[in-house]
Amino acid sequence: MSVKTLTIDGKMVTGAAGESIFNAAWNAGIHIPRLCHIGGLSDVGACRLCLVEIEGQPKLAASCLTPVEEGMVVRTNTPRLQAHRKLIVELLLAERNHICSVCVQNGNCELQDLAEGLGIDHVRLRYQFPRLGVDTSHERFGIDHNRCVLCTRCVRVCDEVEGAHTWDVKGRGRNSMVITDLDEPWGQSETCTSCGKCVQVCPTGALFEKGKTVAESRKDRRFLKYIVTARKEHQWIR
Amino acid sequence: MDPVKENKPRIATVWLGGCSGCHMSFLDLDERLLELAARADIVASPIVDTKEVPEADITLVEGAVANVEHLEQIREIRAKTKILVAFGDCAVTGNVTALRNLFDVEDVLNRSYKETALPVIGVPAGNPIVPALLERVRPVHEVVPVDYFLQGCPPSADEICRFLFDLLDGKQEPAKPGRFG
Repeated sequence: MSVKTLTIDGKMVTGAAGESIFNAAWNAGIHIPRLCHIGGLSDVGACRLCLVEIEGQPKLAASCLTPVEEGMVVRTNTPRLQAHRKLIVELLLAERNHICSVCVQNGNCELQDLAEGLGIDHVRLRYQFPRLGVDTSHERFGIDHNRCVLCTRCVRVCDEVEGAHTWDVKGRGRNSMVITDLDEPWGQSETCTSCGKCVQVCPTGALFEKGKTVAESRKDRRFLKYIVTARKEHQWIR
Repeated sequence: MDPVKENKPRIATVWLGGCSGCHMSFLDLDERLLELAARADIVASPIVDTKEVPEADITLVEGAVANVEHLEQIREIRAKTKILVAFGDCAVTGNVTALRNLFDVEDVLNRSYKETALPVIGVPAGNPIVPALLERVRPVHEVVPVDYFLQGCPPSADEICRFLFDLLDGKQEPAKPGRFG
C-alpha cells in the first residue's frame, strides 16, 4: 500500500493512498469537527463541518471526502473555517426546533457539543419554527423530526450495516425529511428489523428509545466498530 | 444619602417570559448573595419588588419577549442599562417559552382559556391587566442589542456567581457557561 506524506496544521502526517484527510488528521491527533461522519459508515459530506483549506486550492474541501495527496498542505482550524463552522451550526439550530432543556439527549448531544466547542452562545439567525411531526408508532423507538439535522447516519447504518434500508430521505433542501419505507409510519414498516442501530448512531435526540425522559438518553456506538471489524478482518473482536 | 453606597455598581434583574427558574438559580447563590450585596446594589429584581425599571450598570434579563408588556420593558431596560445580559436559555434562544411559536396565537389562547379552562371565562381581550401576546415569542437579542449571553436552563448558581463577579471585577470576557440546555 502506498503511503502519502502531507502537512496538516504544520504537522507532518502520513496516510494511506485513498484515505481521507479527515481520517489521516484524526489518526495524527488532529480532531476536525464533524457531524455526518461516523467511523464505520460511508461518508457523504452532508454537514460541511469538516471543511478544510488546502494550499493552492481556492475552494474549501470536505476533508471526509478528499483523499490525501503527496505534499498536500492542509489547514483545519483557521479563523475563516471557524467562522464557517459557527455559521453552519447556527443554521442547524435555527432550522428546526432544538429545545435542549426538554430533550432526551440534553447533555449527551453531538450538536450541543459542537455548539459549545465552537463557542456559540446565541444564534444570530432567525429561528424558523417549522411545524414538524413526531412518529412514535414504533413499539420501542421514536423519531422527533424537530431534532433531526439530516446527517443521514440512520439511512447509512440501516443500509450499509443492517442491510434493511428502511430509512431514506424525501424532499429537497430545508423541506428534506428522513422517512421509513415509502414515508409510512415507522411502526408499520415491513423492512425495519427493530435492531435500533439508527437510534444509536443518531447524533441528536431525533431518534430515541421510548421510556427515556429529559437528559436520560445515552447512545452506544460500540456495535459499529465490532461489526465493521468483523466484516473487514473476519474476526469478531472488540 | 450614603456616598459610598452611591458609588457601588447597580445590578438589576428582570423576569420576562420565563419560568423563574433562572431567578431560583440566582437565589441559590445563597450566602454569596451577601457578598454580592456588599459589592453592588440590587436596585430591581422580582425579589426586591420594585415596579419601575431603574437605571442600572448590569441588568440580567430572564425570559423571552412574549407579550406587549415584555416588549415595552425590554426597550426601557436597554435604554437604562449599560450591560444587558440575556440570562438563561429563554432569553438566549426563546427555549420553552417559544414553543408556542409552532402555533397561531389564537389557537394558543383558545387552548389555554377555553379548551382546557374551567370555568370557561373566555380569552381576555382588551383588558389592560393581561398584556396581549406577540405573534411570535422572540429571544432578547432579536429585539434589542445584548452584551452577554448566559446560557443554561437554568445557568447554575456557580456559573451565575463567577460571571457576575468577573463583571464586577471589570473583566471584558467574564466566565460564561458554554452550553445550551
